Amino acid sequence: MSERVTNIIIAGLGGQGVLTASAIVSELAFRAGFDVKQSELHGMSQRGGSVSSDIRFGREVFSPMVPTGAADYLVVVAPDQVEVNRYQLRPGGVLVEPGAVDAAELINKKSSNVALLGILSRHLDFSEAAWLEVIAAVFPEKLLAANLQAFALGRERA
Amino acid sequence: MNDPNKLLLSGDEAVARAALDAGVILGTGYPGTPSTEILECFSQLGGRAQWAPNEKVALEVALGVAFAGARAMVTMKHVGVNVAADPLFTSAYTGVSGALLVVSADDPGIASSQNEQDNRHYAVAAGLPMLEPSDSQEAYDFTRAALETSERWKIPVLLRLTTRVCHSRTLVHPRAAGPAPKTPHFERDIRGRVMIPAYARPAHRRLRQKLSEIQVWNETSTLNRVIDGDRKLGVITSGVSYMHLREVAPHLRVLKLGFTYPLPMETIRAFAAGVERCLVLEEGDPYLADAIRAAGVVVESKPEMYRFDELDAGRVRRILAGDTSPETPVPSGKPPQLCVGCSYRYVFEAFRKLDCIVAGDIGCYTLGAVPPFEAIDACVCMGASIGVGLGMRHVLPAEEARRVVSVIGDSTFVHGGITGLVEMVYNPPPTGHVVLILDNATTAMTGHQEHPGTGRTLEHEPTGKLSIEDLARSVGIPNVVVCDPATDKPGFERLLRDCLGNGQLNLIVARRPCLLIAGKIKDYERAAEQCCETLAQEP
Repeated sequence: MSERVTNIIIAGLGGQGVLTASAIVSELAFRAGFDVKQSELHGMSQRGGSVSSDIRFGREVFSPMVPTGAADYLVVVAPDQVEVNRYQLRPGGVLVEPGAVDAAELINKKSSNVALLGILSRHLDFSEAAWLEVIAAVFPEKLLAANLQAFALGRERA
Repeated sequence: MNDPNKLLLSGDEAVARAALDAGVILGTGYPGTPSTEILECFSQLGGRAQWAPNEKVALEVALGVAFAGARAMVTMKHVGVNVAADPLFTSAYTGVSGALLVVSADDPGIASSQNEQDNRHYAVAAGLPMLEPSDSQEAYDFTRAALETSERWKIPVLLRLTTRVCHSRTLVHPRAAGPAPKTPHFERDIRGRVMIPAYARPAHRRLRQKLSEIQVWNETSTLNRVIDGDRKLGVITSGVSYMHLREVAPHLRVLKLGFTYPLPMETIRAFAAGVERCLVLEEGDPYLADAIRAAGVVVESKPEMYRFDELDAGRVRRILAGDTSPETPVPSGKPPQLCVGCSYRYVFEAFRKLDCIVAGDIGCYTLGAVPPFEAIDACVCMGASIGVGLGMRHVLPAEEARRVVSVIGDSTFVHGGITGLVEMVYNPPPTGHVVLILDNATTAMTGHQEHPGTGRTLEHEPTGKLSIEDLARSVGIPNVVVCDPATDKPGFERLLRDCLGNGQLNLIVARRPCLLIAGKIKDYERAAEQCCETLAQEP
């Protein structure tokens, strides 16, 4: 297992599923046997303000927060949150932007978060089956089909 | 593969699980970020959890449980401890028969609070043992250790968390559950439990005796540990600061303190003597540094600029380098706002139109202070709107006094506003006053918890319901009006204008369920009705 810690930040606005997306990635890393830390600030998030969540995994993780400017991957769900979060990305890090998937193609527009995870999935060393298993575990039956479609679409567009 | 027994839990969830595994028989508290999820999770795991009207009542209920020989937990955010401080201090004197865990969730950086107070000072001021976990595993282990400490020394124990411990998810290996809780029973101990002066004086001496015994024990406690490393610089640290330190300087020798009151001062002294330079690294106030220096141990501490806001890896790196140059500000994100369609919007529009002087309170509606409304003139603590509004009414010239209104939410009113109402009747200002209760039928800001005014328990089951308007009438407020500003904007404005100037004592309840929860409330009501019908059908 790699010694290096992988740093991911997912950002957006309250109500966009930032915390759900973050729970999916951290659960995935957890199931794969990594040490995982995931950190977020909530409380005001429901009022439409900025929300972001840090996910870190590797052999051993100490701080729960991604050090400033050290994100390997920055996934942003809201267009107006790209610039305010860009400083989090390390040089050469990967930005997954909201425009990468056309919301009109989604069964449920609220699944943009999961569509962007589809793109992220191409960059991370987890099997598609592992992703699908976690997505199935996170969403209730009635939301699952829309989220699986969103994930597949994101993977295709990556 | 991770060990199948390991779980990925937030610090809050870890505390809840540990409390259950340790046989906590009742958990109570008042919602407050970042502590809220502890009781919600405790309930989901099958524990008996309840919301109290406020933290003072919650602590008293938990103390009663612990007097009855059982293990109790009470949870609150840092400012909640201020409300609970009265019973907290004297509970250190009475002690407990079972165990009492007091959880204080502090908010360094003020993510969602009105101040940045460091509640480690409470442990010293009240004389309560304190533990500070640095991640979810420690949140689990320290919760169990705190309950054991509480039961062993018959004293309430403070578990001091911070936002990053509460809301970070990290791996936890839970231990086997302890023995089944003992059956509570009453044992009379009048001298130990009745704090009249004659009994309180020896109780204070007993408390100091217990603390010195605990300090001796703490010198060998495994909750404090040394991580070996370079002796050129040794670092004494606690809480999540330890994690940031290990991130940026894994080579340093570290004394990681977990049991932080009473401090294991001999352990600290020996550690400091064994390194060339010794630095104390801590978030918030220089609690450790001051105590260690007062004991005559020479240590360095962080520059004053790092007292403010959370620490993170970058700031810890700066502290280690002694860097006091200005920090690069990070781009600010989008601030939270009142929801589009929130019925409070009409209220703040009316305040602006009538040029009201608004004594505000704690909740979503505090967002009325920011643009586009900028219609709140003061916000201090839970319930302060009423007293502050009355004070201004008492002394402002009549013209200005008649513009003053106190605005407070339903949950906040039940928490800290009721005595303000009594004050209003007892000491009415010459121009009268207006208290406006924004009743959205939930504790919205913290994530929609129930409270006594909703008539539902923490688990959303029907229970006794407090009627705010009946309460107001019964304390003697002559003009009590219930309305819905969202359905009649001009009517609400007229009503408010009349009340501001009528020279009477007025209470307006602006009632409309929070739109984020209106659907759920209907579900709870439907479930309750079905339950009643089923019961009625049973022979």
